[in-house]
Amino acid sequence: MRFDVGGNAVYAYTGTRPFDAKRSTVLFVHGAANDHGVFALQSRYFAWHGVNAVALDLPGHGRSAGEAPASVEALADWLHDVVDALGVREVSLVGHSLGALAALECAARHPGQIARLALLGPSAPMPVSADLLAAAAANDHVAYELINGWSFAPASQLSGGNRLPGVWMLGNAMRLMERTPDGVLATDLAACNAYANGVEAAKHVSCPTLVVLGARDVMAPMRNAKALIDALADVRTVTLPDTGHSMMAERPDEVLDALRSFLGS
Amino acid sequence: MERAGHVYSRLSNPTCAVLEERIAALEGGIGAIATASGQAALHLAIVTLMSAGSHIVASRSLYGGSHNLLDYTLPRFGIETTFVDPRDLDAWVRAITPKTRLLFGETLGNPGLEVLDVPRVADLAHAHGLPLLVDSTFTTPWLMQPFEHGADLVVHSATKFLSGHGTVIGGLLVDSGKFDWNADGVREKFPTLTEPYAGFHDMVFAEESSTAAFLLRARREGVRDFGACMAPMTAFHILQGIETLPVRMARHVENARAIAGFLREHPFVSDVGYPELPTHPDNALASRLLPRGAGAVFSFNLRGTREQGRRFIEALRLFSHLANVGDAKSLVIHPASTTHFRMSDDDLRRAGITEGTIRLSIGLEDRADLVDDLSRALAAASK
Repeated sequence: MRFDVGGNAVYAYTGTRPFDAKRSTVLFVHGAANDHGVFALQSRYFAWHGVNAVALDLPGHGRSAGEAPASVEALADWLHDVVDALGVREVSLVGHSLGALAALECAARHPGQIARLALLGPSAPMPVSADLLAAAAANDHVAYELINGWSFAPASQLSGGNRLPGVWMLGNAMRLMERTPDGVLATDLAACNAYANGVEAAKHVSCPTLVVLGARDVMAPMRNAKALIDALADVRTVTLPDTGHSMMAERPDEVLDALRSFLGS
Repeated sequence: MERAGHVYSRLSNPTCAVLEERIAALEGGIGAIATASGQAALHLAIVTLMSAGSHIVASRSLYGGSHNLLDYTLPRFGIETTFVDPRDLDAWVRAITPKTRLLFGETLGNPGLEVLDVPRVADLAHAHGLPLLVDSTFTTPWLMQPFEHGADLVVHSATKFLSGHGTVIGGLLVDSGKFDWNADGVREKFPTLTEPYAGFHDMVFAEESSTAAFLLRARREGVRDFGACMAPMTAFHILQGIETLPVRMARHVENARAIAGFLREHPFVSDVGYPELPTHPDNALASRLLPRGAGAVFSFNLRGTREQGRRFIEALRLFSHLANVGDAKSLVIHPASTTHFRMSDDDLRRAGITEGTIRLSIGLEDRADLVDDLSRALAAASK
């Protein structure tokens, strides 16, 4: 589906189902240099089970127009605007990585709009190495290579393990990042690196929250989520063994089961 | 629809999936589909992209089976092909029409070993909003990774060098994930990927995945409905073969160089069509695109009659007289009477095939033994 936010066209994948404002709505918010496709397997399930599954392309990503927001706070406000544009009273948010930070900040800023919050691979803070920031700023392909190398657990890096038959996870993830316009990855990573309000935001989240962690996540190590989890008032945590940062691809069923259990579909 | 995974072995299978991911990794693509044969892979690529009323521009230097499909069979289903000299870049452009949906060639033409200028043909394809499909059977990812040079899709007859021993039949269709099916000026050409498909829950494959739309449609329609899937045991054999691919290809190429050099100096041989030789028209292009070598299949012409050609083949002892290529064993064939039998004289001439053309597939044997065998057969034929 397409709609307008702040004068820019927004694209969202709805699992081939029409959007119906009378149904409950879940927004899926992707991470740096990704698009809605990273949630295809999970969002499609909800779309076919009576829920408006809205897997967004963030501004400047995928098929959505505009500039990539320069901060997590700006992304959070954009999500608030998305909820208004959809004409629904409240939504649940499912965010991954940068998208998890944006969802967290949005839930803290706009508590009346967010029914439930699911954070996949969050980290607070979410520091990004200087070398990776520099490579991304230079639009150097090595930035994609570093991210890809760190985003998958060792078992996922062996060819043959993808639950989606015939698709090589690392190649597909690389190609998706390569499609991102120059400068977008640098903007996304800088936003992650600069965001310092994660734990404080967590204290202001009033809705139930799910945190899904990959036991082998190198991009956002589990230990970096502890303070965040401790600050959340109503939280449940799911840890996926042998899983890295790209958990929706590495463990699609386990991520879906965690979301189903939490969101109630 | 609700969960990823293997449902039925025609659609996907765990053993085939390992092979699919592995060839994708070797090619630098995003994924692949294992098929019953190389022909099935080519057919799957075409029917995924187009329907009746569409048009293909293809190199005229193709494997005879591919030529049959494009020239004789697909027109019956409304898909026409214009064949062009692969070296004539202007001819590729001139042949493109508003109905064109694909450009297709072989990385090394069969049997003349024309080296496809993949970067330039890919550029002109993309300038017209079209994908380039290449058959990389003769090169394998060890000699060339076509995606690095701009190709969008690759097909292999895995029966050949990938399996390596002539023991199984199989094909592979690999997707680079680079072609933007949804780009302005492109999406209207490929409704199979950019419009809802009633046969699969109204899915719009280019929306489902920005990168893997082609593969999704190919599996969820083409493999499902046409059914030319690979048997898992075949996938196992090809996986075994791929484990030794670098070792075998290095030896194949070393042997081929030695044999080409020997034949080039033989008085009963008029010419040798091996791109590493300075006499080959694509020698410079081969140096650039194929730095590890120009493969192990090539043709040469005898200075003699058709009868002498027959005597030459019959006198060989180590070479097997077979239509296959890419076997561990050295193979020999007379294309005009076998692999390219159905082509007209004009088509044969345009494909660079004469009645005296002999095609060799150089195997892994001791190269001195191969030279001895050829030397003796040439002597017998020249009497």
